[in-house]
Amino acid sequence: MLGLNKKDTSLMILVAVLALCAPFILNPFPEGSAMAQFNAGYPDLMQRFVIFGIFAIGFNILFGLTGYLSFGHAAFLGVGSYSVVWMYKLLNYNILPGLVLSVLTAGLFALLIGYVSLRRSGIYFSILTLAFAQMSFNLAYSVLTPITNGETGLQVYTNDAQIFLGDGPTSPHLFGIVMNKSADLNIGAWEFTFNNGYYFCAIVMLVMFYLSIRIFRSPFGMMLRAIKSNQTRLNYTGLNPRPYALAAFVISGMYAGLAGGLMASMDPLAGAERMQWTASGEVVLMTILGGTGTLIGPVLGAGFIKYFENIFSKINDTILHQWFAFLPDGLENFMVFIVHPFIGKGWHLTLGILFMLVVIFLPGGLVEGGQRLKRAFGGKDAGKDKPDASTEPAE
Amino acid sequence: MSKTNMTRRGVLKTGAIAGAGVALPTIFTASSAAAYTNEPTGSSVTLGFNVPQTGPYADEGADELRAYQLAVEHLNGEGDGGMMNTFSSKELQGNGILGKKVEFVTGDTQTKSDAARASAKSMIEKDGAVMITGGSSSGVAIAVQGLCQEAGVIFMAGLTHSNDTTGKDKKANGFRHFFNGYMSGAALAPVLQNLYGSDRNAYHLTADYTWGWTQEESIKAATEALGWNTVNAVKTPLAATDFSSYIAPVLNSGADVLVLNHYGGNMVNSLTNAVQFGLRDKVVNGKNFEIVVPLYSRLMAKGAGENVKGIHGSTNWHWSLQDDASKAFVKSFGTKYGFPPSQAAHTVYCQTLLYADAATRAGTFNPCGIAEALEGFEFDGLGNGPTLYRAEDHQCFKDVLVVRGKENPTSEFDLLEVVEVTPAAQVTYAPDHPMFAGGALGECNPGA
Amino acid sequence: MDAIILQILNGLDKGSAYALIALGLTLIFGTLGVVNFAHGALFMIGAFCAVTLSKILNLSFETVDASQTDFLGNPLKVKTPYVMEWFGPETGAAIIDWSVPLAILFSIPIMVAFGFIMERGLIKHFYKREHADQILVTFGLAIVLQEVVKYFFGANPIPTGAPDVFKGSFDFGVMLGFDPNAIIYPYWRLVYFGFSALVIGGVFAFLQFTTFGMVVRAGMADRETVGLLGINIDRRFTIMFGIAAAVAGVAGVMYAPINSPNYHMGMDFLVLSFVVVVVGGMGSLPGAVLAGFLLGILESFASMNFVKELIPGIDQIIIYVVAIIILLTRPRGLMGRKGVMEE
Repeated sequence: MLGLNKKDTSLMILVAVLALCAPFILNPFPEGSAMAQFNAGYPDLMQRFVIFGIFAIGFNILFGLTGYLSFGHAAFLGVGSYSVVWMYKLLNYNILPGLVLSVLTAGLFALLIGYVSLRRSGIYFSILTLAFAQMSFNLAYSVLTPITNGETGLQVYTNDAQIFLGDGPTSPHLFGIVMNKSADLNIGAWEFTFNNGYYFCAIVMLVMFYLSIRIFRSPFGMMLRAIKSNQTRLNYTGLNPRPYALAAFVISGMYAGLAGGLMASMDPLAGAERMQWTASGEVVLMTILGGTGTLIGPVLGAGFIKYFENIFSKINDTILHQWFAFLPDGLENFMVFIVHPFIGKGWHLTLGILFMLVVIFLPGGLVEGGQRLKRAFGGKDAGKDKPDASTEPAE
Repeated sequence: MSKTNMTRRGVLKTGAIAGAGVALPTIFTASSAAAYTNEPTGSSVTLGFNVPQTGPYADEGADELRAYQLAVEHLNGEGDGGMMNTFSSKELQGNGILGKKVEFVTGDTQTKSDAARASAKSMIEKDGAVMITGGSSSGVAIAVQGLCQEAGVIFMAGLTHSNDTTGKDKKANGFRHFFNGYMSGAALAPVLQNLYGSDRNAYHLTADYTWGWTQEESIKAATEALGWNTVNAVKTPLAATDFSSYIAPVLNSGADVLVLNHYGGNMVNSLTNAVQFGLRDKVVNGKNFEIVVPLYSRLMAKGAGENVKGIHGSTNWHWSLQDDASKAFVKSFGTKYGFPPSQAAHTVYCQTLLYADAATRAGTFNPCGIAEALEGFEFDGLGNGPTLYRAEDHQCFKDVLVVRGKENPTSEFDLLEVVEVTPAAQVTYAPDHPMFAGGALGECNPGA
Repeated sequence: MDAIILQILNGLDKGSAYALIALGLTLIFGTLGVVNFAHGALFMIGAFCAVTLSKILNLSFETVDASQTDFLGNPLKVKTPYVMEWFGPETGAAIIDWSVPLAILFSIPIMVAFGFIMERGLIKHFYKREHADQILVTFGLAIVLQEVVKYFFGANPIPTGAPDVFKGSFDFGVMLGFDPNAIIYPYWRLVYFGFSALVIGGVFAFLQFTTFGMVVRAGMADRETVGLLGINIDRRFTIMFGIAAAVAGVAGVMYAPINSPNYHMGMDFLVLSFVVVVVGGMGSLPGAVLAGFLLGILESFASMNFVKELIPGIDQIIIYVVAIIILLTRPRGLMGRKGVMEE
């Protein structure tokens, strides 16, 4: 289907089903139950899942296939966001012009940075990309404030031009479909929220995912893999690998720009922190955590990190006491005392420990965890899946 | 076990069970059925406390959370009532807000605009919070204030000192109790004149982002009005940890006062570095060299240790104040936690009470009703003397404290002493003052 | 002129911090081939060794002083450190005053032990793994370490002063014939610079003049051959890791009086130290030191007012601009060896 082989088709269908049914899947616990704290099916987080998914898919095209580890991809994310907000400020709240611009400007930035950085390889390349991104961040935060609005973040003011605003919506929309509008569905004790913005992002993500499968399976993708496995040998065959690597860099930069643009499309503000090295590092972690070079891994990694950031940071002692309320008082306090360092302000600690556990016990990332589960529970069927094209690392 | 933070959802849940019972998607509502965003329809109301829990301001955020919990207890009629007993408005009965029990959710701003907005959004979208409050920096406050305006909930700012929060970036749904850069300048200037005379040369080091700039502008204007000369104003990178290369040239510049427009870790390091260079032992132009830190925070002063001794600055509130309200708050907070509250804790406690009181007086949680009740509201008994919530820009006008690092502290909390209480009239400015110009409140947005 | 001398001093001072951290980082890179994102955390732990020792020395018993009251109006509890009770107020105060230099002795065994445990317990298993995995696991470790420190010490900086004799600053200007106060520099920073020079010199001498160092250098150049010669290179590498951790640790201890330590200071230095190491060239110890001082001095020059007026914001990006220029003109940084971390 659509030029995909059977395995890829089923993977594509799986991802599509997951993405489109996310409001159900992410809200497994009834409202009001103690477990409802773990529900992630609200618009903002669902949007973040797919947006960072796009970011990580794009990053994986560069890192997973060519092995070039960029530590500066957040710069493209930031550029994408600024583009979209500037389009709001100049034209109106329609997200389309901004998204197109964000992909183009991010592509342009990627072309420049990639052209320079790809003259070096290995860690030298990583540090070059890091240097460019940190320069962008530092300048955006201070000297470039007229363009970026610095610390506060770029936002729309009532006295902005907005020449096509007219009577149109006063928040981001796509030809009148307002992004932050939702519909609620109540079934029994459950409540599910269907948000316009989320579905827009999800569809974009599916298209991007499809594109990434096609790239992985194309001769171009093969060429990128060749760069990773042995660049010297590639040189001997008379092929110049750099244009291919640069193409991969630009493509992944455009993915990042699109993700940044979508962030600003869901929430019309572009903060400079989006370009900081921590943001660049985050996408690296997402990709490695999920499974470098696998198709679905980066998306899983993105979901994993965003889930902990948004869900665990919101658990506080009051909630802990509710959870353990069934225990005798002394034991209840003891349990709260034990769990306390890992939640709320300690969510970083939980994340750090999980990073270590995953990389120690699942060398292939979360994808490998999935495969092991499948092998353990899937019986005969799983054995057949072993050379699973969809999840096979690029190397 | 059945206690829940999700009031709106909780009610929808009961409604759904009662009405539909099972399976069929009988209720397929647009989210905008209510009169305003997250209208509480059950027996409780949810507030969202959005504070930095990770990153450099985590301790300040933790202190804010303590104060919020205390405020919630007092609103729900637990504890000793704290400043509810001294507050001039007597509407609050200790039975929650409008008879609804107050519940809360917490989140982590990470002191990043993006993360703060994500956290606030989850409170609004997932937990049904009807008001968002907190924060420890101006960038975050402005970002979250903008979000609350769009979402149609009230934002009660925490610690934010930039002129922009109620100036260029003011919003109809946002309210600030904390003071600002202009007020710091206006309060400090006369004190500095008394201490150091009117013939001084000041050298500014300024954190290179919007808060730093507005404070530098304010202090410069206030001191130049005294006759001080500004020798130089140098921007320092936010990420700087070592300020030696910015401080080394100060002594040679002919300046005899160093103004540090830094906050948090920047302030701790720049002050420590300045004292290391021995600036305070020097005599320039025949006068003792002086250092001024316009915005003081006791929590941060602690990080600079002995270096704060004898250094002047301004602060929103300090626990050593002896009015009844401050004493009541310190007693209430100190009894519960074992140490005195910070100014951040004080301002967020006040904000919570002020919100609750406004809702009670308005008889609704509708942001527009609350905004109307807060606008132009005059009150007393919250530790800062008579205070006005000005309608034009949603800024509180109250006395500002000028403080000095104490020479002989008796305990680890006893770091600052109040030098002067500058009356509100002296720090009041016109709503269209040039430093605050350029923005508009807009219309209050009830959302939905 | 005096301004330039001042900035050179500043640069040397900053540079010595960068060089010390980069030295340890590059030792681990060069000998073990491991990308250690937890190296900044080791520096931070070193600084907190100083904090911990000063807290231990300040352990106090409380006596009630009825003549004063605390913030709640209760009688004030006055704290007296035990050391003051044991050794008399003056000796006690002197011991507390010298807590940072004492912390060097305190920190070395702790850091070496920490390095051993870290290498044997965790890093060892990652020698054969991809660099990406090493990044993930050491970054995870860095987060865990800093969160643990935050849990016990809070997020605020903790003032940890230098001994009183090192307070204040030294007037270089008078010595060189300038006006008084033209060039002053804090004593403790001069001590820091001298200390760094000593440590750096020590590490080099150790690698250059001992058999152990010779084997390690050989191992850095060609691990396999050294292994074939029947030398247990692994054990030596463990020891090198311990040394690298100790270098980062003492750098942190001595840094504590310059800027009050806080739990995320390691992350603040992490990116910078990577830039320094790479600019210096992978696998080159002298390169790392050279790059540390070079970047420190250039950063100081960029913060001079007339430079900032010429190019606004240059002090924010100078490090990165220099890094880009150097890496584009010299493919392996200043003194990098071919084939190290180039894939």
